Amino acid sequence: MSRIPWVPETTEPLPRVGESEGLLTWAASVDHKQIGIMYFIAALSFFCIGGLEALLMRIQLSRPDNNFIDPELFNQLFTMHGTTMVFLVIMPFLIGLGVYLIPLMIGARDMAFPRLNALSFWVVVFGGLLLYYPFITQSGATDVGWFAYTPLSEKPYSLNNGPTYWALALLCTGIGSVASGINNIITIITLRAPGMTMRRIPLFVWLLLVTSFLLAFAIPILNAGLVTLLLDRILEANFFAPSSGGSAILWQNVFWGFGHPEVYILVLPAFAIICEVIPVFSRQPIFGYGFMVGSAIAIGLLAFGVWGHHMFAVGLGVPFNTYFSLASMLIAVPTGVKIFTWIATMWGGKIYFATAMMFATAFVIEFVIGGLSGVAFAAAPLTWQLTDSYFVVAHIHYVLFGGSMFAIFAGIYYWFPKWTGRMLSERIGKCHFWLMLIGFNLTFLFQHMVGLLGMPRRVYTYPDLPSWNWLNLLSTIGACVLGFSVLIFIFNIFFSLRKGKIAGNNPWNAWTLEWLAASPPPVHNFDEVPRIHSARPLWDLAHPDMPDEPESFNTGVTR
Amino acid sequence: MELTSVFNPSSPQAWAIANLGIFMIIIAGTILAIIIVLVTFISYRFRRKPGDDEEPRQVYGNEKLEIVWTIIPFLIVAALFIFSVITMVKVNPSSAIIEDQKPDLVIIGHQWWWELHYPKSGVVSANEIHIPVGKKMLVRLESIDVIHDFWVPEVARKIDLVPGHPNYMWLEADEPGIYLGQCSEFCGIAHAHMRLRVIAHHQEEFDVWEKGQLYVPPTPRSGEAGKGSKLFKEKACMNCHSIAGTDAVATVGPNLTHLATRTTIGAGTLLNTPINLAKWLKNPKGFKPGALMPNMKLSDDEVNAIVAYLEALK
Ligand code: HEC
Ligand SMILES: [Cu+2]
Ligand SMILES: [Cu+2]
Repeated sequence: MSRIPWVPETTEPLPRVGESEGLLTWAASVDHKQIGIMYFIAALSFFCIGGLEALLMRIQLSRPDNNFIDPELFNQLFTMHGTTMVFLVIMPFLIGLGVYLIPLMIGARDMAFPRLNALSFWVVVFGGLLLYYPFITQSGATDVGWFAYTPLSEKPYSLNNGPTYWALALLCTGIGSVASGINNIITIITLRAPGMTMRRIPLFVWLLLVTSFLLAFAIPILNAGLVTLLLDRILEANFFAPSSGGSAILWQNVFWGFGHPEVYILVLPAFAIICEVIPVFSRQPIFGYGFMVGSAIAIGLLAFGVWGHHMFAVGLGVPFNTYFSLASMLIAVPTGVKIFTWIATMWGGKIYFATAMMFATAFVIEFVIGGLSGVAFAAAPLTWQLTDSYFVVAHIHYVLFGGSMFAIFAGIYYWFPKWTGRMLSERIGKCHFWLMLIGFNLTFLFQHMVGLLGMPRRVYTYPDLPSWNWLNLLSTIGACVLGFSVLIFIFNIFFSLRKGKIAGNNPWNAWTLEWLAASPPPVHNFDEVPRIHSARPLWDLAHPDMPDEPESFNTGVTR
Repeated sequence: MELTSVFNPSSPQAWAIANLGIFMIIIAGTILAIIIVLVTFISYRFRRKPGDDEEPRQVYGNEKLEIVWTIIPFLIVAALFIFSVITMVKVNPSSAIIEDQKPDLVIIGHQWWWELHYPKSGVVSANEIHIPVGKKMLVRLESIDVIHDFWVPEVARKIDLVPGHPNYMWLEADEPGIYLGQCSEFCGIAHAHMRLRVIAHHQEEFDVWEKGQLYVPPTPRSGEAGKGSKLFKEKACMNCHSIAGTDAVATVGPNLTHLATRTTIGAGTLLNTPINLAKWLKNPKGFKPGALMPNMKLSDDEVNAIVAYLEALK
């Protein structure tokens, strides 16, 4: 075993955002850590905007026949909420997390293409501004839903410029995402530390590798679709206009051809976070590294062949429905493997419930709820009742909030010390966790029921039916609790940035390379990277007498 | 009537789906319960005791266990898949039937209302679907503008109305009654007000209704109603609406021939009473924002006359 050199606590700290010269160094930065942090700031800002949009909708829906918001605005709100949360919050946050952590985890100095990395980020920001620009102009933002079904999103039915801006905005973020995907792939393949074989890279990096392939291959489908839609809208090309010989359904095939892989772009990195947090706080290696990698690859491949489950109600015939039912149900298998693996990793451990671990544990349960309702949607006949109802709203939020967002919060509590050098307050953090858990479930659990009772999604108002009223009211109360918990979280960030405990290099006693660097890491990350002998290099360092399993695909080993 | 629910089915098709739903709930509920219990138990049993800084035994996996928990979900999925396929076949008309049989009902989606044709009898109506109890109606669904979606949870599957792509489904009700439904594919500004209802009658009652719909009401020549019928021509109403027995034959808006026999106006937006009808005529968008019927700027007298006319259309 080679000796690992001691890394000094701080060498060159990153410039502070507040300083006037510092600001320029951020804007012009090609450093992956600065870009990562800028992704976080952008994503969290958009998270607040998207959350506000959701709250306004919930207030409107708190009682029947409410007049708080008119339908024009309501339709803009739900469209912008969906688009924002998917393309400007979860995606940039997770991409940013990858950009920040991948080089550190594989012992690299930076991404393979630092300038491309910066371009990706700024293009995403520009896309966000483009999306929001028409909100403040007369024409109003896009109001055709975040999947912009044709022909509703075509010129004759949406004369305002909103959908045009929407398509241009997503084209921008799309170009950024493809570039990030390619950048990640090349970084992971070429810049690993000596000794770090593909079987020794942290699971986080593995799962991001799979995600990056999805980015590189699924986003172009959307980009092509957006260009076609723009041709229709600007040049009257009629690709998606049935009245002129186009096809309304073609758009759905294109959009969901991207849209289902997108679900895994939003969820695999969340899995990646959980794959780091659960082992570290349970003090055990992941239970079955090989199965974890294999199931991620299986999910990535299957993800491209299941888009039709979004189209079961379109009426495309028995063969279509049968194939897509089967393929979609199959995804439950590798997903189940992941759930069982996390639970088994906790089993027999010594679990330390820091806030990060509490979010990760809650994630497992919330995601199972979303996953199980997802299996229901894979059964075409159930989709024939549940799709486009509030049930599907509940489902996506269990997957994307209870899943992706809970994992993101776990990740923030876990890596914040690395990013800033200070710990987030655990006291405030637990407060945040419990309020968010209660608020989230209160908001979305009952939406399953109101969907089963026949309430469609995307209605700005609903008739006075007793069973719908109180369920909607509960949901609105939950949303307020949820909103409040986010305020606490934001307070925690600002509070801890000033007053948080100094973190040191490795506050959680974790095992991956990023914890070898100083907190925050100096511009060049590591003075020297040790030779890697296993998936847990810092474990090897701490336990020279009992090194980690060198061949991570080996399973059935106990030490 | 107050409660619509997926689990309150009233047709063989809706029953088939509900049964699959119950099967799914049992499976999902069991899995969820197991996982919640397991995670709670582990969180309690294996939490770190204060002061215990020793690392636990390091377990890297267990191949047999991992294979087991790959195979069990496979088996569950296989069962669910088979049940789904059986349900699919039960719920949908086969392609042979679609080719051979003339539809009993054609539903055409419009931005924010439903046009109804009964091709076998020639009845034309809107927004309120009358059917005889216990008869499997073959329904053809089309759209003339954007995609809509037919959803009446208790009596039929949900299916899209897609422009350029007609769809077929069974519509059937076991019990007489009113079943509420709504368009559930977002279709623009008045999507929330694109409601519909299925009204199931015993066969005899349905026959009476059908006969009534085929009757051509006489055009009143005198009194308020007579004034109303004239105004209907003068005020461009006939550019958008049809009334049998007159030269109003447009299909931009709902057919008004038997408006007075319908229970709601504006696709379930308002109850069909003379007062509501007058309110609607004065300002349709006030009740249904976005509705494609313009405000015709009618005076109160004109409105009253037209209401009298429309109320006479039975
Ligand atoms: C530009 C076309 C247009 C004109 C002109 C027009 N309407 Fe309409 N009308 C509609 C449309 C479209 C609807 C369906 C509105 C909806 O439910 O979304 C409608 C609905 C109605 C309804 C409710 C029918 C139902 O079953 O729900 C009545 C009654 C009605 N119109 C009467 C009139 C009268 C009377 C006039 C003339 C003063 C008139 N309309 C002029 C387009 C028009
Ligand atoms: Cu999907
Ligand atoms: Cu509709």
